[in-house]
Amino acid sequence: MARPPKHLPHLLLAVALAAGSGAALAQESLTVVSWGGAYGAAQKKHVIDPYQKETGVRVLFEDYTGGVAEIKAQVESGNIQWDVVDFEVIDLERACSEGLLEDIPRDILPPGVDGTPAAQDFIPEALASECAVGNIVWSVVFAYNERTIGGAKPASLEDFFDTAKIPGKRALRKRPQVNLEWALMADGVAPEDVYEVLATAEGQQRAFDKLNSIRNDLVWFDSWSQAPQLLNDGGAVLVQSANGRFYDAIRQENKPFVIVWDGHVYDLDAWAIVKGSPKKELALKFIAYATGSKPLAGMPDVAYGPTRKSSMPLADQSATPHLPTAHLDQGIQAGSEFWADYGESLGEKFNEWLLR
Amino acid sequence: MPSRSALLHALTAGEARQAAVVRRRKRLLALAFVLPLLLFILLSFVVPIGSMLWRSLYHPAVAEMIPHTLVELRQWDGQGLPGEPALQRFVEELYALNRERQSGRLAEEFNRAYAGMSSVVKSTARRLGRLDEPALATEGVATLLDSHANWRKPELWRAIERAGRVYTYDYYLTALDLEVDAEQGLRVRQDTQIYLQLYAKTLKLALVITLLCALLGYPLAYYLASLPEHRANLLLVLVLLPFWTSLLVRTTAWIALLQTNGVINTLLTGSGLLDQPLEMLYTSFATVVAMTHILLPFMILPLYSVMRGIDPSYLRAALSLGARPLPAFARIYFPMTLPGLSAGTLLVFIISVGYYITPALVGGTDGQMISNIIAFHMQRSNNWELAAALGSLLLALILLLYWLYDRLVGAGNIRLG
Amino acid sequence: MASTPAYYGFWHHLGRLLLRLGAWLVLLFLILPILVIVPLSFNVEPFFSFTEGMLTLQPEAYSLRWYEQVFSDPRWRLAIRNSFIIGLFATALATVLGTCAALGLARADMPMRRLITALLLSPMIVPLIITAAGMFFFYSSLGLAGTHLGVILAHAALGTPFVVITVTAALTGFDYSLARAALGLGATPWRMFFDIIVPLIRPGVISGALFAFITSFDEVVVILFLAGPQQRTIPRQMFSGLREQINPSILAIATLLILFSIALLVTIELLRRRAARLRLAPAD
Repeated sequence: MARPPKHLPHLLLAVALAAGSGAALAQESLTVVSWGGAYGAAQKKHVIDPYQKETGVRVLFEDYTGGVAEIKAQVESGNIQWDVVDFEVIDLERACSEGLLEDIPRDILPPGVDGTPAAQDFIPEALASECAVGNIVWSVVFAYNERTIGGAKPASLEDFFDTAKIPGKRALRKRPQVNLEWALMADGVAPEDVYEVLATAEGQQRAFDKLNSIRNDLVWFDSWSQAPQLLNDGGAVLVQSANGRFYDAIRQENKPFVIVWDGHVYDLDAWAIVKGSPKKELALKFIAYATGSKPLAGMPDVAYGPTRKSSMPLADQSATPHLPTAHLDQGIQAGSEFWADYGESLGEKFNEWLLR
Repeated sequence: MPSRSALLHALTAGEARQAAVVRRRKRLLALAFVLPLLLFILLSFVVPIGSMLWRSLYHPAVAEMIPHTLVELRQWDGQGLPGEPALQRFVEELYALNRERQSGRLAEEFNRAYAGMSSVVKSTARRLGRLDEPALATEGVATLLDSHANWRKPELWRAIERAGRVYTYDYYLTALDLEVDAEQGLRVRQDTQIYLQLYAKTLKLALVITLLCALLGYPLAYYLASLPEHRANLLLVLVLLPFWTSLLVRTTAWIALLQTNGVINTLLTGSGLLDQPLEMLYTSFATVVAMTHILLPFMILPLYSVMRGIDPSYLRAALSLGARPLPAFARIYFPMTLPGLSAGTLLVFIISVGYYITPALVGGTDGQMISNIIAFHMQRSNNWELAAALGSLLLALILLLYWLYDRLVGAGNIRLG
Repeated sequence: MASTPAYYGFWHHLGRLLLRLGAWLVLLFLILPILVIVPLSFNVEPFFSFTEGMLTLQPEAYSLRWYEQVFSDPRWRLAIRNSFIIGLFATALATVLGTCAALGLARADMPMRRLITALLLSPMIVPLIITAAGMFFFYSSLGLAGTHLGVILAHAALGTPFVVITVTAALTGFDYSLARAALGLGATPWRMFFDIIVPLIRPGVISGALFAFITSFDEVVVILFLAGPQQRTIPRQMFSGLREQINPSILAIATLLILFSIALLVTIELLRRRAARLRLAPAD
């Protein structure tokens, strides 16, 4: 006799599950991409969660590890998965000049809580690119762990490249950005000349030679989140990361980390919309919300400076001495335009150097 | 059974026709069963891969961005600078691309054809962008030649003309570390050679992994085959459990074991055997160990099933006739296990040559294989054409191995579990 | 072995001992790395290694916090749900198409059998990175990338070879005269199919379906290229976890997956035994 297939119940269950997921999709949703870790947690607490609560829009909060490649792949293949992206401005100009981002009209930005119009409330750098709105000022620094460092302690970029003085592994994020700047500064190039030198073939050679001098002591990581972990579990003695990641580990988890500010490269992060996003209108509304005085006032929780002046009075004041803005004289600003021009060819050189 | 023609002779013409109709109907019926899957595989799998590989040969991007410049360049003899009209067309087209924010794409294309051009194109585009339309006609060319010395080099314009060809095999040259130099001669790429080395490394790693699998798998399979069946089945579970366990779980396990502060290092330093932890994770060593672990069941299972079928009395007979154990094993038993060994070896080799996930997670920079560089060009450098060319070469290699497997083992004879 | 023949000398015994030792070492190499994960997943510290407290078996060194984290994190919950939805649909599609094709391939009058078999098995052979890249472009151009449907179709394609293989294996040695006899005795083709073919291929279909399911359930390369944030699966979530932020919630999910694969293994083993029994006693 013919029996009905035994798997019918399972199949029905699957259909029901799928129908359920379909219903969930019907709710308005927005995919927002940022950096995870401590920074992501702060954004979730001060931006994403309140926004979801206020508007009922479901935010899919994803992590990425920087660069323009993934966005480029989405735009050029016509398969847009991300709506809003938190860009490092060092990558922003390139994405903007390659037509990967939507323009963001300035009139969507609300005035500050104190009534200051947006154009005056934001620091000028935050509105410099028509493709994005800056939200934080942060910095690339390196740190060491009191527990594993040994006798000599690093105080400068020179020490980062001095394996005789400070033996052990150094961890860097796997990209040319910032690393080549550091190599030149450690090699004696004056901070204000770094990008000029790096634009020449000799300067590039010099930077790669300097990196080469510590090649065997380098460890590479892909995402900022890995950095505090490397420092904690002894994967490296000197570790590069965003200042907020170390700050959070020091403050929240009482890690004995010490940040070295010498030669730090400070930069902005900015919200941008991927070109061709089917949810552009919703994305604009999200950015307007996310760059408001109040959400930004939560960023000093992880030692990142808000880009709105009206946010500072609302913020946790204990973080002020740890913000990049308190150390500007020790560092340089990341060259967004330089990397827009040289990102591709130096990226290629860097990868070939890595593979060698 | 009498031959078909003999049979047909015995039949009347009408009967023969009818038999042919029946036969054709049967064939169509068999085909009808297969057709849904065949169409599905063709549309969801074969066509996508084919169209991706086609990208390595057909690349109209440059031709679409600067069509008029290319028309002019075709008039040019390749000596000295191209004529004024060609340069003027180029200035206009670059200017237009810059306004549409597309100059970055052109910069990327030029950079592939002529190293270091990306920044030149971008900064030139920015300088041109500052001119207005009338000034473009009068000062455009001068501004272009002024922006960078490269614009005065005939070899750059030859490279642009080459990049403008819609059908190209240049990506295969790059994938083989070759280039075409000024005299149109083929030669080994001068500045960097990475891909051939990477293919060699991939084959070497795959070979090491395959050998390790054979060395570890053969004795175990032999031991299992010599046990009574119920005991062997019990131990076989220990081979099958890893086989059924998620690949990512097994990779995770190796990360936990090999980390600087992982299980192995803690044991070694804790017991005083070492005072410095070993650097094992993110090396080619990690790739080899983890992949050997992952692929070992693919070696053991075919070996075991062949060894089970060998009558142990052969070997016993040889021994009882006075043969010494090792030569007897080598000359009698080993040859009989060759089908299993070749199946396992080829299977492990085929899988490991194309492996991606495990090297990506545990291999660091020196444990990367060819799949990883394909993924890199797909996701990071966005050089999809080069990824396609590298992928075609890999696929050709795999198909060759698969053909060999089919000849030696028979693809239809793949056994699972 | 119970009795030792006289021609087995000292060296033979030594060889036998070494063989047993070697075999057990290889077995340990296969199984230990997987078992090591289980206790680590109960580590109270956010590390991938044993703490002193764990080694001295202090209860406070162990906790369930990573399991709680997995089940309270909406991303893991979405990933778990997606893995099952995608796996089940891909399995259903692969099983229907694969079984049907295997029935065709098993017929004596199948034209171009060798070529078609090679083609149908090719998703198993082509490196996943090539498959994934190809599907990425093609499915993107059809608007199928970043949808559940696209991922299900892709996974179904990857799973079909296993169904074809297992069902074909179940059909080998099948005596078609049985089917002809049934038809000759007046059975309708449907009746013949359900009464004779189905019981015969059922174990093959089920184990093929299990293979197809595990293929989808464990697949990450195609997901990496084809899936959007809405289609994250367990392996995808593990992959980014291992790459970006290693924390022991991955070990917790890994432990659960090990339990899952033990369950699968037991199922397969029971099926195999049943199939063996059926083959010994074909009268049902």
